[in-house]
Amino acid sequence: MRDEALSVRLSQKAPIPLEVELTCAAGELLGVVGPSGSGKTTLLRSIAGLYPAHGTVRCSGETWLDSSSGLSVPVQKRRVGMLFQDYALFPHLTARENVAVALPPVSAADCERRISGLFALLHIDGLEGRYPHQLSGGQQQRVALARALARDPRVLLLDEPFSAVDQQTRRKLMRELAKLHRQLSMPVLLVTHDLDEARMLADRIAVLHHGRLLQTAPPDELFARPCNATVARLLGIDNVLRGRVAAHEPASNRTWLEWAGYRLELGLDTRFGAGSEVDWVIPAERLLVPGRDASASGAHVNVVRGIIEEYFQFGHSASVALRVNDGGERLYFSIPLHVAGRDGITAGVEATVSLPADAIHLMPVEA
Amino acid sequence: MDWEALQLSLYLGLAAAAILIPAGLLIARALAWRRFPGRSLVQALLALPLILPPTVLGYYLLVAFGPGGIPGRAYEALFSGSLIFSFEGLVAASLIFNLPFAVQPMQRGFESIPQALREAAWCSGLSTWRTFWLVELPLAWPGVLAAFVLTLAHTLGEFGVVLMVGGSIEGETRTISIAIYDRVQALDYGAAAYMCAVLVGISFAAIAFLYMLDNRAGRAHAR
Repeated sequence: MRDEALSVRLSQKAPIPLEVELTCAAGELLGVVGPSGSGKTTLLRSIAGLYPAHGTVRCSGETWLDSSSGLSVPVQKRRVGMLFQDYALFPHLTARENVAVALPPVSAADCERRISGLFALLHIDGLEGRYPHQLSGGQQQRVALARALARDPRVLLLDEPFSAVDQQTRRKLMRELAKLHRQLSMPVLLVTHDLDEARMLADRIAVLHHGRLLQTAPPDELFARPCNATVARLLGIDNVLRGRVAAHEPASNRTWLEWAGYRLELGLDTRFGAGSEVDWVIPAERLLVPGRDASASGAHVNVVRGIIEEYFQFGHSASVALRVNDGGERLYFSIPLHVAGRDGITAGVEATVSLPADAIHLMPVEA
Repeated sequence: MDWEALQLSLYLGLAAAAILIPAGLLIARALAWRRFPGRSLVQALLALPLILPPTVLGYYLLVAFGPGGIPGRAYEALFSGSLIFSFEGLVAASLIFNLPFAVQPMQRGFESIPQALREAAWCSGLSTWRTFWLVELPLAWPGVLAAFVLTLAHTLGEFGVVLMVGGSIEGETRTISIAIYDRVQALDYGAAAYMCAVLVGISFAAIAFLYMLDNRAGRAHAR
């Protein structure tokens, strides 16, 4: 277990509601996701000292904010490296000067050494004399990162770092950031509304909604086991459904779920008593087509039958909605086009899908 | 051509600008970024000289600067001199009637600086003072230059206030615009025409310079 280099606890009702408790270890990249207006940027600004939030912020042994004792270290004294959404490079200074202003007072030789080190680290050597408007979006981002790293920050805060560049550059910059992150030893907070971005880069993801931190977990766990339907929807999980726990079978390590006239099998989950209503999810990518009883192979699956109600092609795959048992219930999934062609799946036809028992996750019904 | 009057006008403009630009910087910066009660009233008060008839402003200044006014008496007590019918009085009046010309361009200059740039400076560890010198002032610079040129040009051209507060004392308060009026009164149209042409030339050069600045700033922002 690494040290908790950054720990944040914010709690306020107004003017912007915030209810956040998070930690980030040295070298860890914590993704903060949420729709716009969820308070992501406010959270970053509170840590940096740009927003006067109520609560505590501690970073590498220093207390930056403690509202109960009236302590708030000014932004200049908090060693943060902040990457702004539009990079906020100083337009009248060259790339080199942009980075140099953020260097702590050091000797000229030291300054030179550190600047060339940063430019090499971020692969922007040779661009020192350019002004921001002479740089591409990707280059601007790297200069801004160099400036953020120049003061040897105790925490790196990235505010939507890829929103200002085009799709191709974004992919490239994300790979570079992932590589750079491995060379950094400070905690890194990445704020984004792009779930793929967070999934690809983050060690853990924190889901923020209306200023409230709903769940923090590693990406795979988060997407497989969201804590409630709200989180599941925020994560873009299409199959968020309502059912009823039918029975538990501890002996065979199974729980049965009633849904749309089916009895679905899943791994034993005794958090919910038999008869209680639950929300449940299954990730679209875990649905198997065609539905096949795989009990012969030892895997536990549930086969569900329905009518293909929607069928849209997106590039090499198709997005499909299956209406189950003539009811209002639908399952969403996507399949490769060649599978759709092979199995004759298109709008209006009858089809079956398999729901692996271990892919079904139950959640408490929200108040 | 009354060169002494032109020289006096230039001195007056420079003296007004020398005091008004630093003071205006502080006012403009506060108006650009601070929200405080009565901000609209302060802005309205600062803009008042733009729309008041110069004679009205001149009348109030004459009363205030005279022996019956508080500023006049204070000045008398401190420097044992008079604010009316004196160069010092004209400088003081110029500060007032140039307020909007100095403050407004600088305020727009500061307002054009994105908040994120200042925050980026703070997050880079720059103090408020260093942020001002390294980021705010260089970026607001076209506004500062515009304020300087406008103050200078407007002082050269001001007539009503100067006549009310300063009269027309040769070498002390007779500015170029007063001199032109005097020449016309004396039916010396030749001299008046000559001085008018000089003033038009200076004013046009000043305004052209401003537009040049503006266009250059526009190009720098077009990225």
